[in-house]
Amino acid sequence: MHEMSICEGILQVIEDQAVKQQFSTVKRVRLEIGPLAGVELEALHFSYDVVVRGSIADGSELEVISLPVNGWCMPCAKPVAVNQRYDACPECGSYQVEINGGDELRIKDMEVN
Amino acid sequence: MCSVCGCGEGQVKIENKDGHTHNHSHDHDHHHHDHDHHHHEGEHHHYGHGPAHAHAPGLSQSRMVQIETDIMAKNNEYAAANRQFFAEQGILALNLVSSPGSGKTTLLTKTIDDLKGELDLSVIEGDQQTSNDAERIRQTGVPAIQINTGKGCHLDGHMVGHALETLAPPKASVLFIENVGNLVCPASFDLGEAHKVAILSVTEGEDKPIKYPDMFYAADLMLLNKIDLLPYLNFDMEKCIEYAKRVNPKIKVLQVSATTGEGMESWYQWTKANREITLINQNPTESNRESNR
Repeated sequence: MHEMSICEGILQVIEDQAVKQQFSTVKRVRLEIGPLAGVELEALHFSYDVVVRGSIADGSELEVISLPVNGWCMPCAKPVAVNQRYDACPECGSYQVEINGGDELRIKDMEVN
Repeated sequence: MCSVCGCGEGQVKIENKDGHTHNHSHDHDHHHHDHDHHHHEGEHHHYGHGPAHAHAPGLSQSRMVQIETDIMAKNNEYAAANRQFFAEQGILALNLVSSPGSGKTTLLTKTIDDLKGELDLSVIEGDQQTSNDAERIRQTGVPAIQINTGKGCHLDGHMVGHALETLAPPKASVLFIENVGNLVCPASFDLGEAHKVAILSVTEGEDKPIKYPDMFYAADLMLLNKIDLLPYLNFDMEKCIEYAKRVNPKIKVLQVSATTGEGMESWYQWTKANREITLINQNPTESNRESNR
């Protein structure tokens, strides 16, 4: 359940930004998360509502934009689609697939007042 | 004590040097206070800060702000500070990760018994509750600090930073950080260590590396522990190593038994070699500086 710590991290960023960018309430937060970030989305939504309760982000909507995993198959020397770190190349079956990205976990933007 | 940070979660306890715990919840109020303050400011001062500074009362001033911030950024800052400290002091920090019951603490006490004559060692122990493990380590005569994460499932950079203040590991020493027994969350939290070392015992399934790929991807070394039990098990060693390399082609694998001592010498050599590398990076010699130019 490190989704709870992640939500506490999000709230810290929100509170830091509230001072820097001068806003007082948050309506919507958009995250960009890759499938390899190790985040369970359902648990994240659940934790978020609990963590932001009573804060400036109380009642705000959490929106998640899923990012792709970009694999590069070395034997095929071209980009291929994979879902996991241990996936084989869907074309040649090799495990020599280099994974680029997919572990992103960041706040993209927020709608604020 | 918390001059540089806001000290978040209220459940974390870090021992004093004499084994007493210190609860970190004291800064919580401070946080809340801060936050009321924003509220207060917001209710009274921020109307009319919308696009084009419109001053129409009662209209929504909703706007988008670009953040583009990594959510782990805060932890990464603490981890970077720890890493800087280790670099300056020439300390090799190793983050030991595994499932509960893989034999981490036994492996650690065996390692300490065999290496404490040669190297300065210290230990940070992470568990949800109890200081049993730190006490086991202290019985070997090596300084150890227990961090209890309370409800937390992992150590983070911030907890380790505070533990370092109390533990004060000596220069050019080796620091073992025994993380909470969990193959999931500790993978995501950098503590500032040089390497993550994953310990997998052969009494677990050989497919652990692909069941918990994030951890084996994050680790630089996998210790396959309890190999003395292999005759009684159906553990497929080759398959296990193949799975680990699928997830992380660069991972090194050593087969050890902390009970019989088999294979432990390779693990010691690996540790000593990495300590040498840490020292080289701390004190670049003339020739190294030349070659860096």
